Amino acid sequence: MVGAHWLTLTDVTVRRRGKTLLGPVSFALNGSGLTILMGPNGAGKTTLLRAIHGIERLNDGRIEWHDPQDADGRAQGFVFQQPVLMRRSVLDCIAYPLRLDGQSAVQAREAARAAADEVQLRVNLDQPVFLLSGGEKQKMALARALVRAPRILFLDEPCANLDGHAIIEIEEILNRVRAGGTRILMSTHDQGQARRLADSVLFLHKGQLVEQTEGREFFSTPRTEAGRAFLKGEILL
Amino acid sequence: MNFKTLLLGAVAAVISTAAMAEDLKMAVTTSFANSGLAEVLLPKVAEDTGINVQLLIVGTGQALALGEAGDVDAVLVHSKAAEEKWLAAGNGTHRREIMYNDFVFIGPKEDPAKAGAAEAATGALQAIASQEAPFVSRGDDSGTHKMELRLWQAAGVEPAGDWYRAVGQGMGAALNTASGMNAYIMSDRASWLKFANKGDLGIVFEGDPVLFNQYAFLPVNPEKHPHVRNDLAMQLEDWLVSDTAKELINGYTIDGQTLFVFNAEQ
Amino acid sequence: MNSIGEGLWQAAQLIVQLDSDLVEITSLSLRVSLGATIVASAIGLPLGAWLAVNRFPARRLVIALLNALMGLPPVVVGLMVYVIFSRSGPLGVLGLLFTPTVMVIAQVVIITPIIASVAHQAIRELWADYHDLLISLQATRWQRIRTLLWDGRRALMTASLAGFGRAIGEVGAIMIVGGNIDHATRVLTTAIALETGKGEFEMALALGFVLIGLAIAVNLALHFLSRTERGARW
Ligand SMILES: Nc1ncnc2c1ncn2[C@@H]1O[C@H](COP(=O)(O)OP(=O)(O)O)[C@@H](O)[C@H]1O
Ligand SMILES: [Mg+2]
Repeated sequence: MVGAHWLTLTDVTVRRRGKTLLGPVSFALNGSGLTILMGPNGAGKTTLLRAIHGIERLNDGRIEWHDPQDADGRAQGFVFQQPVLMRRSVLDCIAYPLRLDGQSAVQAREAARAAADEVQLRVNLDQPVFLLSGGEKQKMALARALVRAPRILFLDEPCANLDGHAIIEIEEILNRVRAGGTRILMSTHDQGQARRLADSVLFLHKGQLVEQTEGREFFSTPRTEAGRAFLKGEILL
Repeated sequence: MNFKTLLLGAVAAVISTAAMAEDLKMAVTTSFANSGLAEVLLPKVAEDTGINVQLLIVGTGQALALGEAGDVDAVLVHSKAAEEKWLAAGNGTHRREIMYNDFVFIGPKEDPAKAGAAEAATGALQAIASQEAPFVSRGDDSGTHKMELRLWQAAGVEPAGDWYRAVGQGMGAALNTASGMNAYIMSDRASWLKFANKGDLGIVFEGDPVLFNQYAFLPVNPEKHPHVRNDLAMQLEDWLVSDTAKELINGYTIDGQTLFVFNAEQ
Repeated sequence: MNSIGEGLWQAAQLIVQLDSDLVEITSLSLRVSLGATIVASAIGLPLGAWLAVNRFPARRLVIALLNALMGLPPVVVGLMVYVIFSRSGPLGVLGLLFTPTVMVIAQVVIITPIIASVAHQAIRELWADYHDLLISLQATRWQRIRTLLWDGRRALMTASLAGFGRAIGEVGAIMIVGGNIDHATRVLTTAIALETGKGEFEMALALGFVLIGLAIAVNLALHFLSRTERGARW
């Protein structure tokens, strides 16, 4: 779990319409594995993930990637809470990032097929993507994020709208992706899922980073009042 | 859908239509075009001279304006005063009289204003004005409209009021309006005879020599507009004053009525 | 004027006999309006997409201008194009006045704002859906526009069709710049105006029915094309 820092945030702040949504937040990440962003609804998890990925404008602070290869947005995959459905076939949706990279349709589709396989998306890949079920859509989004073989993978509450079986499937996929060496940053407000997956935990509350813990000790021994209250289910918003 | 083929096809089509040889553009008045005489003359022109005459059918005012701008090679109109002013401004080379037709007064067959009883055209207009019988005017500054205004002036009547309707349109549209309103109107004989929507209208007055309407051919000045086909215009003029043209023009009838009288100096 | 029946009957006769004038006039109508639609789409569709995707200071102004241009009466466009292409005008040397080419130009001016505006609406919605994904994937500006144009192609086809519908039924502008010359620039609408002027309502109606039939046929053809295309892809 211990290694050099690969990401450092310093006083990262996001304000919109005069309201501070996030920060100032400072922390560093080291080691590989899966980092869970915990916190109640509205804590700022989505905002933080987007900020790190570089698609949310900062009002203050710095985000530093220590390896220039990590800094390239194309080396980062992002799975949005609501999967973005392109008006295309499932296969072409997954192949799309590679088409942007200039690959031929044939090449890109071949890679897309492999990615669909990797996430065990076993449906007719030639049907329109909007016909898929919720879990299948989420798998499509995951395959699309994985098709560029990212070094970093962001997931924003990927299981928020899924039932138990689909959740287990997604978690299995994430375990495999992690085992492949991809670093994962994932938000969730589902404690059970966080306990099952976390290599380290960032606990956010009201736009502030309240706790950062290695391993799963956050769940056994929260150090802050807010953390304890959250785990007991006392903080809902 | 194959956009490229479609695009190429469209472009090719447009270009091929644009390129044609020995075309002469001539602006003519609506009354001439509506008479149907063009359909008799133009095929023979093409046969005898190889010139394909393209007609732009407009009012006298616009016809002269097109000539002035150099957008046509010649004009064939019927408004002497305007033609002479146009020539004086250096827009054309000369004016050649070709033929004349005549105007008639159209009105409800029962002729409520008794315009048909008048001796002269001016008398007919006075009768209409005094009864305030509905009268439709072209009101479009065309040769026909100008002639109508001259006649009102000669009749000493200022045409104004509810009964006088200036529609600001071509002969056909004006006739349609008159037919719909059962109103009086002045028309060239050809347009009237060819007009298919006569309704209850008929000719109520005709024959006064002031109603004669002289057509003249005016080539556009090549010194002002070097691109105009003055050579073709001269060929066409020679043909228009030829015996062939004379026979065709004098021989053209609708419902047995002669429409045009050839009077060019040969 | 109990002539609708007669008009239909005459139209049927003209079509069945493939009347040569009718064929010539109809094909010129189609060529001019299709040509104008293709050119106007090539300008208007990317322009609409560009306006939907990019924020720049003059954006609102350009959109307001588009809407204003959309309301421009065709005769005014015709007059402007006439003045420009008249022998005495700035582009007179091209000798394009009273040719199908200048009719296409006038119609392009008339329908480009319509196509751009409808495209803008459609692409704006699609952009709202795609925004986060395209930014996340680091699509370039040009890639974003291409993606939106491609995925919005059915809505864009509607935009082009709206333009075509306006073009094929337009009379004011092409009458002025084309001159309604027999066998050269006479199209369905100007022929209808001419026949109406002659009081020949049956013939005018016959041409009118051909015009309506043509508009419906082209719409159906495009609809069918888009269907088969989707069938192959999805
Ligand atoms: N564009 C925005 N403008 C204003 N407020 C926003 C905007 N985006 C998010 N918020 C607010 O910021 C807070 C944090 O949102 P978010 O990061 O989505 O939280 P989480 O993902 O933890 O539920 C919430 O209160 C949300 O309502
Ligand atoms: Mg969220």
